[in-house]
Amino acid sequence: MTVRNGDTVIFHTPPIIHTWASAGGKKESEGPLADAFDLLFPDTSCGTSKWEQAESILQQKCVEHCLKKASLDPDQIDLAFGGDLQAQCTASNYTMRAVGAPYAGLYGACSTMAEGLCLAACFAAAGYGKQVLAFTSSHFCAAERQFRTPLDYGGKRPPTAQWTATAAGACLLSPGGKGVAVHSVTFGRVQDYDVHDINNMGAAMMPAAVSTLMHHFDDTGTVPADYDAVFTGDLGQVGSGLLHRQMLAEGYDLANHRDCGCLLYDVGNQHVQAGGSGAGCSAAVLCTHVLPRLADGRWKRVLFLSTGALMSQTTYLQGESIPGIAHAVELRAQEG
Amino acid sequence: MKLDPERYAKMTREALPHSPVLKDCLWAFFVGGTICLLGEILRQSWMLLYDKELAGALTSISLIFLSALVTLPGWYQKLGAKVGAGTLVPITGFANSVVSAAIEFKAEGWVTGVGARIFIIAGPVIAYGTLASWVWGIVYWIMGKL
Repeated sequence: MTVRNGDTVIFHTPPIIHTWASAGGKKESEGPLADAFDLLFPDTSCGTSKWEQAESILQQKCVEHCLKKASLDPDQIDLAFGGDLQAQCTASNYTMRAVGAPYAGLYGACSTMAEGLCLAACFAAAGYGKQVLAFTSSHFCAAERQFRTPLDYGGKRPPTAQWTATAAGACLLSPGGKGVAVHSVTFGRVQDYDVHDINNMGAAMMPAAVSTLMHHFDDTGTVPADYDAVFTGDLGQVGSGLLHRQMLAEGYDLANHRDCGCLLYDVGNQHVQAGGSGAGCSAAVLCTHVLPRLADGRWKRVLFLSTGALMSQTTYLQGESIPGIAHAVELRAQEG
Repeated sequence: MKLDPERYAKMTREALPHSPVLKDCLWAFFVGGTICLLGEILRQSWMLLYDKELAGALTSISLIFLSALVTLPGWYQKLGAKVGAGTLVPITGFANSVVSAAIEFKAEGWVTGVGARIFIIAGPVIAYGTLASWVWGIVYWIMGKL
């Protein structure tokens, strides 16, 4: 029987991620994971004159490619969980306008991929749907103009800043079948440690990652060494350093930790400051790096977290601190 | 969690990567200086044709025009990302902040986009610049009365 232990849902019959797809933009096509993407758009405008529309096209192509890989029609999707960084999640709304399947929009900022996977896994495991979709995206240009300054403005980025990925990821889950199993999911709690620096999101989100990791390890009776790797979404170099320090203080050695923001780009050479970020960052790394390794058996067990910063431009300008959240998904290779 | 906001603030401060201040300053100094040198060359050139006062105004106009021109293909942003204050402080930086906003918000229409948001960065400079000149006007008036 599926059990709820603390903040974690542990599935009796793990739902399966059977198909996934990823799409990336120009900088992603120059990064270390370029070859693993399903679709690359070296023209980040995706043929349009509006960045918001460009993100929607990137996301839509990714979702359509995922359905094509699974040989499914949009009509066969029982429910899609998706979201993005745009206000009112418009990129996803327009994607789903085109796809037409039942849709539940999510806003978890950069944690959306894990949030969507957690919900999709619960939905599939409960038997409410045979084909459940989880997807997200982010676009550097759409995010910059919403959260920061105009793109052509000549400002200098501090070394703690992170680069919003132009990327999308989509996963299809079923109650059974072949693929990568979702053994358990841990829903995060909002954590706010009074960080106000919008150019240091890694530091703002780090406590949320620690909180969710500790809940997950407690709830499942595991330690980091039980996993081949523990992934965080987009803490970047600064947040990752802080995470290691804090986890050590809590009694956990995170030697096998990797951060998606440091994997998507060659951080030293691609001018991304502390690393990548954005909802598409962890989604793309999940679909290009993590799931393929679990599918071919190179890895057996992985803990995947996406971390999100939950402020808006308005609350930031009003002097509010930046709350963070992280959701975790335990992924396992199928045996045999 | 063994963490509180005060301890975390200290921990975050310690973990902050430092900006290469000397290198940044040198870049800003030399590039900013080059822009000013260009301004002086322009001023001397305009002075061959017009009087000093008009040449000064034409120099500002020329720099603003050139800045707008190099903002269009994204070159000013690339230079600004490298040299920071070097391109921000001169009048070209002000022009860049206006033109970049105009390009950015064109997608939202000429009135509600460009018109309404063109001064999204430069606006505070204009607002507080006007206020400061108003305050200085009063000070100047009082000084005249003394």
